[in-house]
Amino acid sequence: MGLLDKEFSDGNIVIAPVEDLFNWARLSSIWQLGFGLACCAIEMMATSMSHYDFDRFGVIPRNTPRQADAIIISGTVTLKMATRIKRLYEQMPAPKYIISMGSCANCGGPYWEHGYHVLKGIDRVIPVDVYVPGCPPRPEALLEGLLKLQDKIRNESLRKKSA
Amino acid sequence: MKNAEEIFNILKDNFGDAVIALDKDTPTEAVITVDPLKIHLVGEFLRTNEDMMFDSLMCLSGVDDANGKKVKDADGTDIIEGGTLSVYYHLHSVSLKHKITLKVSAPREDAKVESVENVWKCADWHEREAFDLVGIKFLNHPDLRRIMMPYDWEEGSHPLRKDYKNPEFYQGMKVPY
Ligand code: SF4
Repeated sequence: MGLLDKEFSDGNIVIAPVEDLFNWARLSSIWQLGFGLACCAIEMMATSMSHYDFDRFGVIPRNTPRQADAIIISGTVTLKMATRIKRLYEQMPAPKYIISMGSCANCGGPYWEHGYHVLKGIDRVIPVDVYVPGCPPRPEALLEGLLKLQDKIRNESLRKKSA
Repeated sequence: MKNAEEIFNILKDNFGDAVIALDKDTPTEAVITVDPLKIHLVGEFLRTNEDMMFDSLMCLSGVDDANGKKVKDADGTDIIEGGTLSVYYHLHSVSLKHKITLKVSAPREDAKVESVENVWKCADWHEREAFDLVGIKFLNHPDLRRIMMPYDWEEGSHPLRKDYKNPEFYQGMKVPY
């Protein structure tokens, strides 16, 4: 990505635009809120395990929204849960990012017609950065979603906050 | 071990008119229909009697029989008037290894069934579920609140009724797709 390519050649001095440095730091340590909802959460856990190893992208589950940068909405959002998710989202410090994982979180999934208790898409409650389709998405798909989120953060500007 | 007919006859001898019918034409256990206001007494008898020993309530389900008249309401959707709601109790005796199913039916408009919570403790949450989703009121239940739907879900609205209509909004969130 070129940030540290040439500026390392002598001494301990690194020269970089502060924006790039911040963005690089942010996108390399996306701490996610440890939070799973339904069957998709199983895939999310698989992604965190050694085989797919979310950790190599700097994704560590945190137990409190106060320390989290991202929240992965992994599964069916019931109306009852939606009110809680909104509160969790509000408790996270900015900048904060949201990955909507699976058809349920994207649009209601299999519950789109007869799900009297399901919110038809988490974007009705909180703003979503990346949608990952699938029922459930394979871990590779979730990793791809994370890479897309990293791309988004890489192009952020300090003056104009996008999320 | 007793078969369904023997169990039915013993119940009939002890409870008379409160035990209504025996239906053996079922794919699994035979179903004995009981008076909804006597079910706790029948349950207590079945649990404690030496020949019965039904110590395990395997499952308790609320059912909307949807056997009433279909009528159109003001905005043209089908609703059901009259008919019954039922509760099924699947019982198993661990020591005597026999099984039986009990059934009670109550009128749909005001379904009242005695709670068996003080006979089988596990009925507590099952009854709350049947109340929450089908709308059966269990008399003498210690804590008859909703268990699945949010507490502030519309009063008297029970989602697993066959003629249930989705609300348009819940707490400002749009519900239909
Ligand atoms: S999208 Fe599919 S796998 Fe994911 S929570 Fe919904 S039903 Fe489960």
